[in-house]
Amino acid sequence: MSKMTLRTEGDTHVVVTRRFAAPPEAVYRAHIEPEIIKKWMVGPEGWTMPVCINEAKPGGKIRYEWSDGKGGGFYLTGEFISLEPSRRIVHVERMHLPDPTPDNHVETVFEPDGQGTLMTMRMTLPDSDTRTAMLSTGMEQGMEASYARLEETLKAEGRY
Amino acid sequence: MRHDLDATFSALADPTRRAILARLALGEATVMELAEPFEMSQPAISRHLKVLEGAGLIVRRVEGTKRPCRLAADAIREMDQWLNMLREALARNYDRLDQVLADMQSEQGKEAK
Repeated sequence: MSKMTLRTEGDTHVVVTRRFAAPPEAVYRAHIEPEIIKKWMVGPEGWTMPVCINEAKPGGKIRYEWSDGKGGGFYLTGEFISLEPSRRIVHVERMHLPDPTPDNHVETVFEPDGQGTLMTMRMTLPDSDTRTAMLSTGMEQGMEASYARLEETLKAEGRY
Repeated sequence: MRHDLDATFSALADPTRRAILARLALGEATVMELAEPFEMSQPAISRHLKVLEGAGLIVRRVEGTKRPCRLAADAIREMDQWLNMLREALARNYDRLDQVLADMQSEQGKEAK
């Protein structure tokens, strides 16, 4: 099922869209309540989010920490700019790898779509080089996973 | 053209070479342009490029004294697959969210009764 789209827009934007069966009120809650966020925003298989701080008010702090359970991990910090319950969240975030990446300005909009929700997340990076770096980093991690998977598949087939 | 799988694997096993490929996915670049973001000497970058070229992942052309590199067609296809993999990781989070939302809805239903 291909419900999600990810595309670049102009020089500095990345736009992700996703449809959900649940109504906007529920999808919005799942983006601001730490106990719910910890259940789904965990990334690759085997990873967890031991720390999730999310002060859902203008100026409120965001801090997510991910762990691979083997001593590895990274964290993200940010601040909320504005929130319109069930409709829209605007915040800035940065990854710490451990040096902070340039600020990513994110607007997440939840629109009714039949009985469900159309979510549109629009990221704005300071410049095209930063966006390139962000996409390359993600791509490099994807490549790592791909490489590991390919190798395993071939091993299983006894071809390598 | 089929390339030796071992050569492809060892070419991809190095993080700097993967980063070089990620950079080339955005367009052609010279050795000098590649050396800059990686804070490596040009000879070091050249050695990595030689490995990538040997594995058939990049091709180089001659332009005066420069030899700009770009991804080979096969590598571009692989890159598309990797980008899809990145999409998949994000998509998996949202698939989990679907389940979480379904659980929230059924709990709400119970409370209402």
